[in-house]
Amino acid sequence: MSPELINLIIQATGESLYMVGLAALIGTAFGLPLGVFLATSRKGELFAAPIVNRVLGMVVNATRSTPFIILVVAIIPFTRLVAGTSIGSTAAIVPLTIASAPFIARLVEAAIREVDGGLIETASSFGASPMQIVLKVLIPEALPGLLLALTLAVVSLLGYSAMVGAVGGGGLGDLGIRYGYQRFMPEMMLAVVVVLIALVQLVQSAGDYLARRVNRRLRHR
Amino acid sequence: MKAASMNAHPSLAIGRPIETLAAMSAAATAPDAMVRFEGISKTYPAYRGKPGVNALQDIDFAIPRGSITGVIGRSGAGKSSLVRLINGLERPTKGRVVVDGRDISALAGRDLRLAQRSIGMIFQHFNLLSSRTAAANIALPLEIAGWAKADIRARVAELLALVGIADKHDRYPSELSGGQKQRVGIARALATRPSVLLSDEATSALDPQTTRAILDLLANINRELGVTIVLITHEMSVVRQLARDVVVLDAGHVVESGHVADIFTHPKHPITQSFLAEVIGDSLPVSLASRIVSEPAAGGQAVIRVQVRGAGAGDTLVARLARELGLDVSLLSARIDEIGGQHVGSLTLGIPLGMSGGEDATTRTLDWLSQYQFPAERLGYVA
Repeated sequence: MSPELINLIIQATGESLYMVGLAALIGTAFGLPLGVFLATSRKGELFAAPIVNRVLGMVVNATRSTPFIILVVAIIPFTRLVAGTSIGSTAAIVPLTIASAPFIARLVEAAIREVDGGLIETASSFGASPMQIVLKVLIPEALPGLLLALTLAVVSLLGYSAMVGAVGGGGLGDLGIRYGYQRFMPEMMLAVVVVLIALVQLVQSAGDYLARRVNRRLRHR
Repeated sequence: MKAASMNAHPSLAIGRPIETLAAMSAAATAPDAMVRFEGISKTYPAYRGKPGVNALQDIDFAIPRGSITGVIGRSGAGKSSLVRLINGLERPTKGRVVVDGRDISALAGRDLRLAQRSIGMIFQHFNLLSSRTAAANIALPLEIAGWAKADIRARVAELLALVGIADKHDRYPSELSGGQKQRVGIARALATRPSVLLSDEATSALDPQTTRAILDLLANINRELGVTIVLITHEMSVVRQLARDVVVLDAGHVVESGHVADIFTHPKHPITQSFLAEVIGDSLPVSLASRIVSEPAAGGQAVIRVQVRGAGAGDTLVARLARELGLDVSLLSARIDEIGGQHVGSLTLGIPLGMSGGEDATTRTLDWLSQYQFPAERLGYVA
């Protein structure tokens, strides 16, 4: 493989990491609070607001059921508004974030709901405010689950990021389609797939390791 | 109301009637009660097809300052609701709960959270945070109360020593035994120096030996720190070992309340009697029960069961009976236990029948027992 092609792969990998990293970060910034709220706002819960919970739940479901490639195209005006352009890696971060935030929210909701309800009662019994319960009890106790959720989100984002090539987003997926598929360069296609597999392995292993590190539930002497 | 039942029993008059009566009226009327339930009812509304539940009805009683009070009842009797009214986790549908002079049921938000810091609680399943070490679990209520880091560190060390697990400072709950976890729970509940400690079936998940150790620890804490302890339990043995006062709850009503010794030496309500039976047992040994017949036989014995209640009651009963009536009384079975310093139990005696199966001696024995106010019944005869 020529040095130019190798350079292309390195550049595309950088674009992919940039898009996925930033989208995961911003997606978590929105998805984590949203997920915590979804997990604590049903009737009788910490931040009980059943109607808001319902409405947010429906918005989340709607976003999640829209095929990603349609979402990318449908929100182009919004992307232009936020990123100043609708083409390129930076622009691609907008649909990636919008797709990942509700996904992360649902994963966070599930992880938070796993925390024993007795702990909420316990913290309430010594006068913790709802916010203190979230920050000092729910999130620390759900941390292993939250890390695994984030890992899953990043892996999914790597997959999504291959699709934003359609709007000039760049990245590994885009490279694979343009060179590997459209220019009949099987070695390029193979290289892209290998890099993607390596990235997913890396992210998953790192996530598993971190989740195990913070999980004290099963640690023995 | 208790005076009548006490005077009816001469053996009880020895020892502690004056102290008992004084403390009793104090519990009912003292302005110094630590917790006072005033006309409390708690109803859970119907929800998602499930009908509403009247968990508690017309509850009126006081928990004396510095006491250890047991709240005993079968599951579903309303114990959990009752204890959660004390620390404001639940609100009464009617009435008020006054804790340390303050109507906790009227507080909300920040005021309630501040009041909750003076009421500690321990749980059946310990409810420790798995992500925090023993020390960090104990620190949690202090962090929530906004203590400075250095103060927290000092207080946590003090508490770990108090509950006897100073060496478990850095252990996670998954590395601790059940008893050790409950010790962490107790230390955490005491962290903010509460005046009341609520225990919700705190020993129900522990083995008997560990239960005993934890109950001893609670007794020490009550004695040394003067913390008022309210114990929710369905186990009579817990009340017997630890509590001075008891409230018997059944189907949302308080059916009896007062000193443990008085309640369990003269149980009135069937529920109370059934709890007592758990401790002293009211069944005869199988070998004896199987021999009992309903007709007297010449040369046999009448089987009489005598209830023993009170301080030192029954100590000399058999000897006196034998001496004063000149009978060869045999002791067939006996079970006597101590509850709140009072003996509670029963003796099963064999009284010789005449050569022709006559019951003269039996009649004299029953008369003698009723004269000294020992409740007795004839169960039958053995050959």
